Amino acid sequence: MITNLTHAIAKPAKGKGLTRRSLMAAATGLALGLSAFSPAKAADDTIKVGVLHSLSGTMAISETTLKDTVLFMIDEQNKKGGINGKKLEAVVVDPASNWPLFAEKARELITKDKVAVVFGCWTSVSRKSVLPVFKELNSILFYPVQYEGEESERNVFYTGAAPNQQAIPAVDYLMKDEKVKRWVLAGTDYVYPRTTNKILEAYLKSKGVKQEDIMINYTPFGHSDWQTIVADIKKFGSAGKKTAVVSTINGDANVPFYKELGNQGVKATDIPVVAFSVGEEELAGIDTKPLLGHLAAWNYFQSIKSPENEKFIKAWQTFTKNPKRVTNDPMEATVIGFNMWVKAVEKAKSIEADKVIDALPGIEAKNLTGGTSKMLPNHHITKPVFIGEIKANGQFDVVWKTPALVAGDAWSKELDGSKDLIGDWVGKKCGNFNTKTNKCGGQGS
Amino acid sequence: MTDLLHRFRAIALAFLLTAATAIPAFAGPFEDAVAKFANDDFSDSDEAVGIIATSGNPQAFAVITALQEGRLSADPDSKKVYLTGTDGKVTDAATGEAVAEVPASAAAVRLNNRLRRNIESALGGLTLMSPDPAKRIASAQSVFKSHETAMLPVIETALEKETNKTAKQAFTEARAAILLYKEDATEAEKIESIAVIKSRGDQDALALLTSLPADQTVGVARSAASAVTAINSRQTLWSIGQNAWYGLSLGSVLLLAAIGLAITFGVMGVINMAHGEMVMIGAYVTFVVQDVIRTSYPGLFDYSLLMAVPLAFIVAGLLGIVIERTIIRFLYGRPLETLLATWGLSLVLQQAVRTMFGPTNREVGNPSWMSGAFELGQITITYNRLWILCFTMAVFAILLAMLRYTSIGLEMRAVTQNRRMAASMGIATSRVDALTFGLGSGIAGIAGVALSQIDNVSPNLGQSYIIDSFMVVVFGGVGNLWGTLVGALSLGIANKFLEPVAGAVLGKIAILVLIILFIQKRPRGLFALKGRAIEA
Repeated sequence: MITNLTHAIAKPAKGKGLTRRSLMAAATGLALGLSAFSPAKAADDTIKVGVLHSLSGTMAISETTLKDTVLFMIDEQNKKGGINGKKLEAVVVDPASNWPLFAEKARELITKDKVAVVFGCWTSVSRKSVLPVFKELNSILFYPVQYEGEESERNVFYTGAAPNQQAIPAVDYLMKDEKVKRWVLAGTDYVYPRTTNKILEAYLKSKGVKQEDIMINYTPFGHSDWQTIVADIKKFGSAGKKTAVVSTINGDANVPFYKELGNQGVKATDIPVVAFSVGEEELAGIDTKPLLGHLAAWNYFQSIKSPENEKFIKAWQTFTKNPKRVTNDPMEATVIGFNMWVKAVEKAKSIEADKVIDALPGIEAKNLTGGTSKMLPNHHITKPVFIGEIKANGQFDVVWKTPALVAGDAWSKELDGSKDLIGDWVGKKCGNFNTKTNKCGGQGS
Repeated sequence: MTDLLHRFRAIALAFLLTAATAIPAFAGPFEDAVAKFANDDFSDSDEAVGIIATSGNPQAFAVITALQEGRLSADPDSKKVYLTGTDGKVTDAATGEAVAEVPASAAAVRLNNRLRRNIESALGGLTLMSPDPAKRIASAQSVFKSHETAMLPVIETALEKETNKTAKQAFTEARAAILLYKEDATEAEKIESIAVIKSRGDQDALALLTSLPADQTVGVARSAASAVTAINSRQTLWSIGQNAWYGLSLGSVLLLAAIGLAITFGVMGVINMAHGEMVMIGAYVTFVVQDVIRTSYPGLFDYSLLMAVPLAFIVAGLLGIVIERTIIRFLYGRPLETLLATWGLSLVLQQAVRTMFGPTNREVGNPSWMSGAFELGQITITYNRLWILCFTMAVFAILLAMLRYTSIGLEMRAVTQNRRMAASMGIATSRVDALTFGLGSGIAGIAGVALSQIDNVSPNLGQSYIIDSFMVVVFGGVGNLWGTLVGALSLGIANKFLEPVAGAVLGKIAILVLIILFIQKRPRGLFALKGRAIEA
């Protein structure tokens, strides 16, 4: 069960909880129903937008915010008069952090509620679980979370970061600015960290880092006893070469990890930790003083100063009636995805899936950091990459950014199995086109 | 940049030492350097720190400390830099003149890690002569690590003046580190230095010796190699001690989480899947207590945990009694239904907390006495783990004493051993059931207070402990508190000795396999209850 858990950055999915949940599956949804979001009676002159994010169970911690984000975007769009004269209407379902239930709920959204588009999923395993449904019923999914890559599907649009839009630039920064020579790749044991670390290991070796200067460490979900691992990192870091930790540790296990780092006196000036799953929401639950200077790599930070971002944060806090509500990277990805979809529908003058899918590549939408992201033929988008240092107030201070927007690679150029593959749904009409053999269908599906 | 900085710093220091009082304020470079902070550029700030540290300006120390502590702010338009003193007084950082207040357009000067490192080493040089021995030791340590040849005269002067024993040792070691790396040091000096570093014997010493350049004389190379071997073998011994400590501390966490279950499941025989949620509720009580303290009585923060313990016990205990009265008492003797009902209950409780407090983690702070670590020989012991170990043992002792010496304890034991006999002796068995379940839940609640210090306070907190708790109780022997103690500690220690060899994931699997095999051999666990009671 645990090994099948393919999360992108997923937060707190804890192994044991999953087994329990899989038995209690439907019960959660039914017993603790979310009456507040019962789909309203549909009028024919509205466009329905499906929201497929867990509102209960372990993933609720991350996904609830994204549900609110979609509702907020729909609200904003309706204030502008909707799309093509039609109002938007949200249909919210709760897949309760239960992967098979994701597929069921997706089917329900598409066939019963007849939604035009679905915004949803957080973990890779939930995305993989709904994929066949979206293919079979030919609908559209916007997936807003950074993930391990190695996928490009016709019905899915990936607005989160691919590994080359987060992990590789972060390592570049550490190599150039911090002169890091020794690397600890620490992650939770599931597909996202494993794939990312495989890519990073290949990348580091291509940059001349020796095997003995790379330490790879995996921990189970929800690991809370970090004493041994932090001591190992300290030991590994005392070999006289500058050392850094690249952390793909699953969100919830980060709190005890950082606490142990702080208590054992590992400071960011000695051994910096760069994390790919720690954002503003996660830091809200930690005392950040001991974490000062540790890093995170994202495509968006709340602290970034741009007119778009300031406007967005203000409107968002007004919408949620919480002046302290934070924003984070997957939220921005949701916003970009939503705006791209709106533009595509306007361009296609239709909500029909085939027309919108064809209209989407090439669509541009403003991101919140002052640039313009573009949907690429491989259904990924261009994004800027930022490195932020944790500040005492739980926000990030951007210390570095890529000079230009980085195009998302569906298939990693660092791995032997995928370096010849590209996704191109415009010219080649293929998600895994092999540029060597000139044939569609390589590794993957 | 860093090298340059070190060299300059050493020279400046020597200068400061000889002419500390008679330095006129430099007009040009210092002020120009301070103004660079207003550029909001890390490289400029970095350069400024280097210049300021070597300027010899009497303001230098104050400016750099203020920068480190985030008390330096700069106005990007007027290029003026303001220093807010620890007493709240604002001065112009360049001139030292008093200013009424920091203008609104000024923002705190930003730092990054490189800058923080350079500030630290700049301050390290400036504090070698600090009146505070702890600061002198810290700066000697930083010299030990950086072993700059240029620092040698300064270290030697400091060593001569030093009276504090620990500081003297630190300076001697720093001197040895410099000599070892000094190109023109004699072989005898180097071998002597190796001996000093060898006696230090920690990881930093090892790092220093292993990264020694290859072009050493045979004698130096040989004694360095033998020192490395000696340190390594000593480290191996220490690491056994370190692992044992980690194991004890993990064991104490397991015990704390399981101890309540040892009552509800072990003594009463209720398969209580909602046990983890009682732990979670205890953690949320801690959060609420801290929240109230933060907003109303910030001075009491260090006592927040002490206040949370009885409250968590009462809240979780009362909830336990309610659960027993409304659900569990109808299900005695029907383990499967109990399992499902408490399971459902655990989900209800989780979702209730999620609705009330939100799905995200809640911040529970560590009081100052639970932060940080100390070294015992080469073993690092963190205070939070140490306190949790003590706390667990105290809870265990109190619980044991309660069951053994109080009348309610006697009644509890009587009811669980032979219900009908106890009833005919006039014990109100159903009342005792409720109290026992409440006691188990209450103890789970206080476990939550302690676990909030090392884990996330989120609705999912309990889930991560429930399986481990059952494992401990079953392994230790159902119905036996001592079994739970031995079970938890041996699982913790076994886990921590397996982890470095097999890794965290495989280690966990290996432990599970071992327990399954063990249970095959001894189905009643480590300490089986003997006698007829167990058949009932």
